[in-house]
Amino acid sequence: MHSSPFDAYHPGSSLLHVLDARVKLVLTLAFVLTVSLAPFGVWPVYLLLLALALSASVASELGPSFVWRRALLALPFVLAALPLLVTLRGAPLLTISLGRWALTVTKPGLERFLSIAFKSWLSVQMAILLTATTPLPDLLMAMRALRLPRLLVAILSLMWRYLAVLIDEALRMMRAREARSGSWVGTGGGSLAWRAQVTGRMAGTLFLRGYERSERIYNAMLARGYDGSIRSFPLKPLSRGERLLLVLAVGVLVLLLMLAY
Amino acid sequence: MVQKHCLAVEVRALHFAYPDGHVALRGVDLCVAPGERLALVGPNGAGKSTLMLHLNGILKGQGKVSIGDLEVIEANLRRIRAAVGMVFQNPDDQLFSPRVFDDVAYGPLYMGLSEVEVKERVRRALQQMYMEPYTYRTSHHLSLGEKKRIAIATVLAMEPSVLVLDEPSAGLDPRARRVLIELLRGLTPTMLISTHDLRLVQEICPRTVILDEGQAVADGPTATLLSDEALLAAHGLEPV
Repeated sequence: MHSSPFDAYHPGSSLLHVLDARVKLVLTLAFVLTVSLAPFGVWPVYLLLLALALSASVASELGPSFVWRRALLALPFVLAALPLLVTLRGAPLLTISLGRWALTVTKPGLERFLSIAFKSWLSVQMAILLTATTPLPDLLMAMRALRLPRLLVAILSLMWRYLAVLIDEALRMMRAREARSGSWVGTGGGSLAWRAQVTGRMAGTLFLRGYERSERIYNAMLARGYDGSIRSFPLKPLSRGERLLLVLAVGVLVLLLMLAY
Repeated sequence: MVQKHCLAVEVRALHFAYPDGHVALRGVDLCVAPGERLALVGPNGAGKSTLMLHLNGILKGQGKVSIGDLEVIEANLRRIRAAVGMVFQNPDDQLFSPRVFDDVAYGPLYMGLSEVEVKERVRRALQQMYMEPYTYRTSHHLSLGEKKRIAIATVLAMEPSVLVLDEPSAGLDPRARRVLIELLRGLTPTMLISTHDLRLVQEICPRTVILDEGQAVADGPTATLLSDEALLAAHGLEPV
């Protein structure tokens, strides 16, 4: 039982896979920032940004469809922007009547909604590419290089390591519950309240086990000399090529942003 | 005056009670000579793990504990922890880093060694456990036997003078257990092994201490103790 739902990484040896994680992280953040800063409805610039995202997914050798399918996961969040369709004033496009209420979809509303949907889809694509081509330990190293507080990086690292362990534990508990959930007659299974109680107790047990485990981990850290400070190797400096790429790519993004305004 | 056979580990009149009032150790005395391999056996709740956690100062009871010529007190903790390599029962607790390399490098990093030296020690420790090909793997995906060997490597990298192992063979299948026993036999540091696996004790440890209800009730050559059926039965152990 080795579940690891956090393994977004897809091994490979493409250009994007071998690129330093720091460069990838900075560029992804810069891309997302550019996309969010671009004003609404500048479709030519959106297309150029899409072209960038496409080139990146081609360079990753994972294929655009891999990224697109995963990026659809972001769509439910776009629903939050749905009210914009009918709340912005402007030229009416169509009116939906719901009994006493009438909702009017306006042109600026539609434009803004589509912009937001497209922009989030673009940003998520890049984030997916980053996590699919970068193993998490490298990503943590990149966060450290970007001066994210070390404690936070350490917490993320422990979380990644132990969420998987915790999920295994939860799966084992659920299996044990299944194994004892037989019934002679009818559908059985008890009332909803009873089942909720069982689930609640399982969650509590899981929490207690997690708590006990954290003490054992802390002991193991102490035993190897942990003294409250977080230590790690010094980072390798970026090569000239990597720096050049970083500057060029950020330059392109700034250019696109200027084009958009 | 330190007796000659206490040069590696000395425990004198050690008492310990957990915060909830449960008394775990009631005056334990123990002496271990350098290079000696000692087994700590006894029923669950006898105080084996509690005693082990005193050897590097994670728990602090009343009495005296020394490792080599260093007494286990706050001021010496850093050196004590570098000298005592502790391998916990559940390797998932011991391997807390994202990658095997980071876990093995953890101890040496906290010892303040240089990057080159840390990397060399990681390589040597993993090599000793035949785990070098796993250097950049994620520990989560490894088998229990592999995790145990890496957990041992994490302390070998600190080059400890005393190796303390809690239930090293628990949960291992026969083949992984055999590999582990052979690997442990090849290690040179002074070794304290807490276990229920008496056949492992027979193979690795010439000396055995039986712990029961927080006291060392017997201490002697493994062959003698393990053939004393009455003694074993009295302390919840089964003859091999």
